Amino acid sequence: MEQQLQQLKEEALQAIASAADVKSLNDVRVKYLGKKGPVTDLLKGMGKLPAEERPKMGALVNEVRGEVTAELESRMAALEEQAVAKKLEAESIDVTLPGTAVKTGNHHPLTRIIEEIEDFFISMGYEVAEGPEVEKDYYNFEALNLPKGHPARDMQDSFYITEDILLRTHTSPVQARTMEVKEGKPFKIICPGKVYRRDNDDATHSHQFTQIEGLVVGENIRMSDLKGTLDRFAKKMFGEDREIRLRPSYFPFTEPSVEMDISCFKCGGSGCNVCKKTGWIEILGAGMVHPNVLRMGGYDPDVHSGFAFGMGPERIAMLKYGIEDIRHFYTDDLRFIGQFRRTEG
Amino acid sequence: MKVSLNWLSDYVDYEGVEPAELAEKITRSGIEVDAVDNRSEGLKNIVVGHVLECSQHPQADKLNICRVDVGEEEPSQIICGAPNVAAGQKVVVARPGARLPGGVKIKKAKLRGEESHGMICSLQELGFDGKVVPKAYASGIYVLPEDARPGEDALGLLGLDDTVLELDLTPNRSDALSMLGVAYETAAILSKDVKLPETAHEEAAEPASGRLNLRVDASEANPLYAAKVVRNVKVGESPEWLKARLMAAGVRPLNNIVDITNYVLMEYGQPLHAFDYDRLATGEIVVRHASDGEVIETLDGTERKLEPHHLVITNGREPVALAGVMGGANSEVHDGTTTVVIEAAYFSPASVRKTSRELGLRSDASTRFEKGVDPNRVAEAGERAAALMADLAGGEVLAGTVLFDELDKEPKRVTVSPDFINERLGMKIPFEEMEEILRRLQFPYEAVNGQFVIDAPTRRVDISIPEDIVEEIARLYGYDEIPATLPVTESIPGGLTPYQAKRRTVRRYLEGAGLYQAITYSLTSESESQKFALETAPVTRLLMPMSEERSTLRQSLLPHLLEAVTYNTARQTNSVALYEVGSVFLGEGEDGLPTEVEHAAGAVTGEWSGGGWQDGQKPVDFYAVKGIVEGLAEELGLSEKLSFRKGEMDGLHPGRTADVLLDGERVGIIGQLHPSEQKARDLKETIVFELNLQQLLREETEALIYTPVPKFPSISRDIALVVPKAVQAAVLENTIRTHAGKTLKDVRIFDVYEGDRMEEGMKSIAFSMTYLDPERTLTDEEVSEAHKRIVSALEAEGAQIRN
Repeated sequence: MEQQLQQLKEEALQAIASAADVKSLNDVRVKYLGKKGPVTDLLKGMGKLPAEERPKMGALVNEVRGEVTAELESRMAALEEQAVAKKLEAESIDVTLPGTAVKTGNHHPLTRIIEEIEDFFISMGYEVAEGPEVEKDYYNFEALNLPKGHPARDMQDSFYITEDILLRTHTSPVQARTMEVKEGKPFKIICPGKVYRRDNDDATHSHQFTQIEGLVVGENIRMSDLKGTLDRFAKKMFGEDREIRLRPSYFPFTEPSVEMDISCFKCGGSGCNVCKKTGWIEILGAGMVHPNVLRMGGYDPDVHSGFAFGMGPERIAMLKYGIEDIRHFYTDDLRFIGQFRRTEG
Repeated sequence: MKVSLNWLSDYVDYEGVEPAELAEKITRSGIEVDAVDNRSEGLKNIVVGHVLECSQHPQADKLNICRVDVGEEEPSQIICGAPNVAAGQKVVVARPGARLPGGVKIKKAKLRGEESHGMICSLQELGFDGKVVPKAYASGIYVLPEDARPGEDALGLLGLDDTVLELDLTPNRSDALSMLGVAYETAAILSKDVKLPETAHEEAAEPASGRLNLRVDASEANPLYAAKVVRNVKVGESPEWLKARLMAAGVRPLNNIVDITNYVLMEYGQPLHAFDYDRLATGEIVVRHASDGEVIETLDGTERKLEPHHLVITNGREPVALAGVMGGANSEVHDGTTTVVIEAAYFSPASVRKTSRELGLRSDASTRFEKGVDPNRVAEAGERAAALMADLAGGEVLAGTVLFDELDKEPKRVTVSPDFINERLGMKIPFEEMEEILRRLQFPYEAVNGQFVIDAPTRRVDISIPEDIVEEIARLYGYDEIPATLPVTESIPGGLTPYQAKRRTVRRYLEGAGLYQAITYSLTSESESQKFALETAPVTRLLMPMSEERSTLRQSLLPHLLEAVTYNTARQTNSVALYEVGSVFLGEGEDGLPTEVEHAAGAVTGEWSGGGWQDGQKPVDFYAVKGIVEGLAEELGLSEKLSFRKGEMDGLHPGRTADVLLDGERVGIIGQLHPSEQKARDLKETIVFELNLQQLLREETEALIYTPVPKFPSISRDIALVVPKAVQAAVLENTIRTHAGKTLKDVRIFDVYEGDRMEEGMKSIAFSMTYLDPERTLTDEEVSEAHKRIVSALEAEGAQIRN
């Protein structure tokens, strides 16, 4: 019987080794270890043995069964692994094919610029103020120290609706309106919006464009505060190593008035085609609020002072992104707008 | 304003300062220098020549063979094609090896077999603008005066050894519309003195008042009129230096009398006019307003019909000049003029501005009067012109001035304290430095009780308030010296208003949903302006549109948005999804202004999903765009308040249009373009929407409070119905919701079928209902109960239940 057992073990181990897949291995298990298998038979036949041989024989049968089972399991694991590998192999795909597109749109470049400017000034404690695009002559001109017949009205030929109503030529009327609302209290605002001028549309002119203006009114607001504010703005918008310079200029609503240049962000000041070889790029106009404007807004120029600044998002976008024609902003060509999706920096 | 530096050096000594450096200093302290034009740059080897002989070229009709003395032993042979070349002339010769503007190089050449050693030049060839070249030489070579010496460098004679600064003046600095004004500015910058022009002249014994009577009937528009009379003038060409200066300033020389008035205009910024005394005919000048319909022929040869508020100079009978704007043809100085009346006047800015605008006539004179000339230099400019006419035209100046003068010539007094100046600037400029700057500016002042009391010179019309002095001090002290600080104010929180923040949310959402942001024009044609408008309102039209296409404010964003879609599809971008957030203008609201309402609109065409390599494309349809609108409502917390119903609008498909309702009120529209509209716009199937954004964003939504995540399972039941096609899903859903009881959590439509497996005119529609009780597990019986109620309610409305 011992011999029989030994032979059985060898037979079983051989069958395990030659099983090629999970199914045939299962068959092997059923055949040798199953309820009707030879090992079970041997155990059943134990009763016929003399009592003193039974423990020895029992141990031997168990040992063989253990060995065969272990071999079976290890073989089973190997076969399963093979099967999985085969399945995975069959499932492999071409990972270089493009992914399924997530179709999203994106903002207009002017919105990108305007929001960037808004967010900077909001972080400095400014509110965003808005006003109508069709304005009264009073808010567009008179309240800004541009009485009828003022020579500076030449600078901005306008679209009138009636003698007293026109499409606003700048966002400054929002300043005048805000002063009325704030009733003498200090405030800091920026005013983004669309404006209109009587220009023929060409590469550098558009009858409709956008502006952002800022206004700070309070006690003892100084020109140095304007300079410091603009300096931070320039660095935030155009890079930390930008420098600014102020040049005297003229606007009817400010006195003194200045224009702000930044050191060229392309060449750093050595002179290139962007800065027209001057090293400087004109970015915005600014100044200290004219006392007449304060007075008309209900502020006492002896107590209050303020500064204001204004810039054109189109110009800033054109400089920043190297856009050559202002009309691109208003043709809404997806090949243009679609370029202003990704983050910078 | 073009400033010849040679000319400027008559009044201010800027020696040691290079033109580029001077330009930079002027720019940094207040007047922008646009260009620095070195007029001799690139010019070389250009000399005076004397044409000794001139004969026709044997081989060419239009060419002449000239023998020209260029200061060498042997005359040079030069071929010249100019019609006005003649023997005896002194001309400008570019010799072989010479350089002309634009890099032109002159070489020896053979023209039709004859050698040419150089070129006789026109002024244009030397870089002069054709507009300033004297008419006699406009289409030929320039002829120099007889005393020019052959071989002499011609650049000096022509005033080309000069640099011209082009100033870009802001409207307040009209003082710099004159050489003297620029001289004062330069002197202030460089801390120099100003040397004034010579105005002294001899006078004849005869008094001017004996020849000329003056009456001003409009003293408000003309508070000062000073007339000088000069007799025995000889009209002719001006000397070379004067012509050169005028051309450098951009003025075309005409004859010595007119040239002198123009010269003084440029020098003083005071426009003058010269009348031919004999042509005046009456010996009288009367300044008055025109009578209605009165006519004048101005110097440019145009007849102009006048109105009663136009100011005219008359001879007592008829207009001889349009005051401050342009002279009349009937009194013009001509070659035979012997006696001249010089007019030096102050015309009020408002009057000149109005006249020049209305008649569309702008001149060097009107530009200056409009801004206000220096009251204290009017008469002086007249004297200067008289002196020059005596000097350059051999005239005799009659004694005295015929004068009407009611003009206020007092300087404006400005009082300002040094503390105020420093406070405004955020600086600490010492008192003495401020005094020094006032001296440099030649602003007379007194220091009284620590304050500056300044009499602002009348040439500086822009100085009248303390802030003006702040600017003067700052710009000459240097803006670079201002420190950079930040405002010290009460700290106010900044930020966006809820409306502005929500508007940003809307934009982000629409972009996330696949739409690109467009910005289109607010102005459109009147016929397009009301198309697709959500509500009817009067149109807002411009008084004077530049074109009909941009004449009226839009009442819907869609027409231009669709234009943008067509623009894209015409350029092979076949799938286009655009949105815009912008205002529409509904006339007439408060204060006579139109009511501006912010809208959001979108237009989508082409494929909506797919299009990759995996599956087919799915074109956009009504439901894709409705989904965007529904998603937006969800984003804004308005899902519950928003509903849809069948709608209609011109230009939209009558069977595929829905009104968008907020609490039952129409706030928008979704629809497919009508096939004929599509065709007219050259578009394929296009779906649009437009929403009154203002109404959506103003709606206050409840605070967001979390609902506990359900602890108990939900149970779903499906039901498929067969109903006539016209039955709207919303009606069925409403029935379900009404009868399901309060455990109904959600109703979802998961299938709609209208195909040929259905009976004619019928459709199948399948709903899935989800039931949930947050407090306990629902039993099957309870749900079956609810389901039965729904079924019988639906059947009662005529729906068949499909199994």
